Amino acid sequence: MAHDATVTGAGLTPGLRGVASDWTGDKQTFHVPWGKAMMWIFILSDTFIFTCFLTGYMHVRTSARIQWPNPSEVFALSLGGEPIPLILIAIMTFILISSSGTMAMAVNMGYRGDRAKTASLMLITAAFGATFVGMQAFEWTKLIVDEGVRPWSNPLGAPQFGAVFFMITGFHGLHVSIGVIYLTTVAMKVFRGDYEKRGYEIVEITGLYWHFVDLVWVFIFAFFYLW
Amino acid sequence: MAKAEGQQHPLAVYFWVWGLLFVLSGFSYLVDYIGFEGYLRWSLIIIFMLLKAGLIVAIFMHMMWERMALIYAIIGPPIVLLVLIGLMAVEGDYTILTRLNFFGADTTEFAEHQ
Repeated sequence: MAHDATVTGAGLTPGLRGVASDWTGDKQTFHVPWGKAMMWIFILSDTFIFTCFLTGYMHVRTSARIQWPNPSEVFALSLGGEPIPLILIAIMTFILISSSGTMAMAVNMGYRGDRAKTASLMLITAAFGATFVGMQAFEWTKLIVDEGVRPWSNPLGAPQFGAVFFMITGFHGLHVSIGVIYLTTVAMKVFRGDYEKRGYEIVEITGLYWHFVDLVWVFIFAFFYLW
Repeated sequence: MAKAEGQQHPLAVYFWVWGLLFVLSGFSYLVDYIGFEGYLRWSLIIIFMLLKAGLIVAIFMHMMWERMALIYAIIGPPIVLLVLIGLMAVEGDYTILTRLNFFGADTTEFAEHQ
């Protein structure tokens, strides 16, 4: 197709001058497939949502009159002995990072045209994601049933802890769950060979979404669990 | 475009970043495990967080291989969020001072407020 050069960006001005010529030319601005540009713009909007949540959390935590519960103790788990601080969250973090790795491999295999490997790596990624959501469900159950934390009250300290915890981890968990469905769907289609003609950008686009979910967790882990 | 080129990079890059992400996550967990407090804790958390975020965006999301027009369009807008964060930090301090002023500290649970 005639779009070849405009999409791959070959023969265009690089660097700062490239910014100007890309934006001012009477033509396509982003030299990527439209689906990828759209995914980036969705990610940008989601960045705003999560930042607003985390900023709200910061405000609520700095202005809490009653002491904030220590996440290190709240999320401790005893695996047959002394409670290990934050261990469940640490395992969840490692699971999500592992899934990001397998996703990156899937994108690579996709561009190599290895359908079977791409599909199975995507399914492994989805399985990691499902494990993550399962552990989150366990964490929620523990907090709701054993500790009695509610979105409007919290026996461990500041009541805002419950609201922030359920909203932020809930919204992130929703993203992971949607990602698992998205990954599984695309993996099936890859396996069936639906993208043989259209090319495998779809795997990279799905990967963008998945890596973003991991990226959000990096911030939640730092600000909510470790702070 | 038949058989698009897309983002193709040596697998070794991904394995390196994957490993680094594990190590950095391990470090951030250690911050809590060892029990660093105060500014040391907060700066370590932020350093490891930014390193991890940077690696994910740059390598896994292929940002460093994209054209500058796309990079700026994605990285630029979130900068305004820093203004929101700054405003809310000030506002949070004001709120707690007002609350302490009018309601006093919670005598049973209130310890050092940070």
